[in-house]
Amino acid sequence: MQRQTPKSAFWQGFGDGAPFILVLIPFSTLFGVVAAEAGLSVLEALTFSMAVLAGAAQFTALQLLTEGAPTLIAIATALAVNLRMAMYSAALTPLLGSAPLWQRAIASYFIVDQTYACSVVKFEDNPDWTMTHKLAYFFGVAAPVVPFWYGCTMLGAWAGTAIPDSLALDFAIPITFLAIIMPMLRTFAHVAAAGVAIVASLIFAGLPFSMGILVAGFLGMITGAYVETRMIRAGTWR
Amino acid sequence: MIETSTLWLVIVAVGLGSYLMRFLFIGLIADRELPAWLLRHLRYTGVAVLPALVAPLVLWPPATDGQFDPVRMTAACVTVGVGYLTRNVLLSILAGGVSFYVGLGLVG
Repeated sequence: MQRQTPKSAFWQGFGDGAPFILVLIPFSTLFGVVAAEAGLSVLEALTFSMAVLAGAAQFTALQLLTEGAPTLIAIATALAVNLRMAMYSAALTPLLGSAPLWQRAIASYFIVDQTYACSVVKFEDNPDWTMTHKLAYFFGVAAPVVPFWYGCTMLGAWAGTAIPDSLALDFAIPITFLAIIMPMLRTFAHVAAAGVAIVASLIFAGLPFSMGILVAGFLGMITGAYVETRMIRAGTWR
Repeated sequence: MIETSTLWLVIVAVGLGSYLMRFLFIGLIADRELPAWLLRHLRYTGVAVLPALVAPLVLWPPATDGQFDPVRMTAACVTVGVGYLTRNVLLSILAGGVSFYVGLGLVG
């Protein structure tokens, strides 16, 4: 293993991030289309993507707003979906925590599924990397991913205005979510969390202000954590 | 139609909130260990909240005024089935979408 330059670390990140573009193109384009269908302008859809930079949370907020849920609930539920960002932040802290604050402040914005997943694996494989290498790699992963996220949102929003209402796009969000959820179900604890959340969301569907989703999500989280603890104790946790 | 003021409020609040969650640990708690119970619960946020959001939409779609709709239910099952078999998000979306439009065509 010869000494790598930060520049080569950046391009390694770029190479690891690039394949994700294939998934992000349809995903962000779809967000743009659905946003346009909901009456958002191209600028509004783009600002949404730039501000939140997280597909699931964006779709969640949009879905609830379209349903006419109260503003506060739309915000709270979207943030609940994005709580995993706090988990990523926690996981990256031992790896990037000693960088200067302003660099960490910039890096924080780019904490997304892809940068987190690639960095955690890569930094473990390269314990000799300096902070400069690590940050270069981290931003390298973000470099191909983020511009595509912005661009395809715009493209979708622009195309969405031309799509006839007869296309019944109302089901685009549920289908997208179901597709995102499936790979998340890695262990029995995840399955249990999802199962309890589903049953609870149907039971509490009648709660005012769409609060059922938050209540059900909370119960699902508790279930997942509980089952995980039980599995660790029983020695069945992978 | 979504009120413009509501929309911008949501964009700013969710954007700011998401940034703060990203910044929380790496920026503020730089070198402190997090309690294990907290991380354990955070692990299941996505996998709990997203299904909770979707389940009522699949069973009682707003588009059909909350009436159970076999076409949408079938499309949801196809998406889940393909997702389970392939673990591929794109393929699942495609399969679900195709199933949905074929179903609409058959019924329509």
